[in-house]
Amino acid sequence: MDIVVFFLAAAAAIATAVAVVAQKNPFVSALALLGNLVSLAVLMLLLEAQFVAIAQIIVYAGAVMVMFLFVIAYVGPRGEVGPGDRKPWQVWLAVLAGALIAIEVVVVTYGASFSDWTEVKGDYGSPAAIGAALVTNYLLAFEIVSVILFMGAVAGVIFGTGGRPRRLSNDQVLAKENESAEQRRREASRAVLDAARESMGEGA
Amino acid sequence: MGVPISFFLGLSAILFSVGLIGVLLRRSPLTILLSLEIMLNSVNLTLVAFSRHVGGTDGQVFALIVMGIAAAEVVVGLGLVVAMTRREMVLDTDELRTLNG
Repeated sequence: MDIVVFFLAAAAAIATAVAVVAQKNPFVSALALLGNLVSLAVLMLLLEAQFVAIAQIIVYAGAVMVMFLFVIAYVGPRGEVGPGDRKPWQVWLAVLAGALIAIEVVVVTYGASFSDWTEVKGDYGSPAAIGAALVTNYLLAFEIVSVILFMGAVAGVIFGTGGRPRRLSNDQVLAKENESAEQRRREASRAVLDAARESMGEGA
Repeated sequence: MGVPISFFLGLSAILFSVGLIGVLLRRSPLTILLSLEIMLNSVNLTLVAFSRHVGGTDGQVFALIVMGIAAAEVVVGLGLVVAMTRREMVLDTDELRTLNG
């Protein structure tokens, strides 16, 4: 039973990963990545890591992918730069590099002899167990991640609001206001003069 | 469990190299970020598999922290993409060669 679930999820994960890389349209790529994340969550459930699997779906498939889709919608069709416009030797070199890494890891793992799976208790991977580890042994790492997320948010805002004309300094704003006030005053007096001239013309 | 751990490691290696090929081949920064997510997730799978193998929670905590870092990385990367769009640049990493050596 386990092995059937594993091979289904693994096939889905590889197919969606290839789709992410091969698709020209970034929107389709993002949707394929969504499928990849969900199939990896299934594999994590198979490994009895319930909390990580659910966090994967909520944080990744939920929050991060929504952000991706927002930006893809904002960028629009300009995001489509196809995979095929590399030089052929670059393509072959990239595929060779990827294949070498995959073959290396596969050879090493099949050459190694692993002990059997450890028996685990029922609450293994539960939110309570992970939460306890996060706020005891890994408190520092937990806090550092929160600081890094904050820094990332600030950096995202700074990058995202760039590219517009620079804001005016206070003096420039005051000068502009004075100028427009002056102009309004001139227009108003001209209007009064025109009205007076008109009424005089009528009177004559 | 009926699935040997080496299956999980092999799958994760394949996913990692697919993501690597994507990062090397694609030119659109959006797709490069998506491929990076595949790489990070394949490593997460390895961490969770080893964590289950030794029966501890350490690897799972590590995977959660990787998720947090990945979210921060995506925010910065998408901020760069939005900045490129606002400057009306073509979304092509070959355009960003100011930092070339």
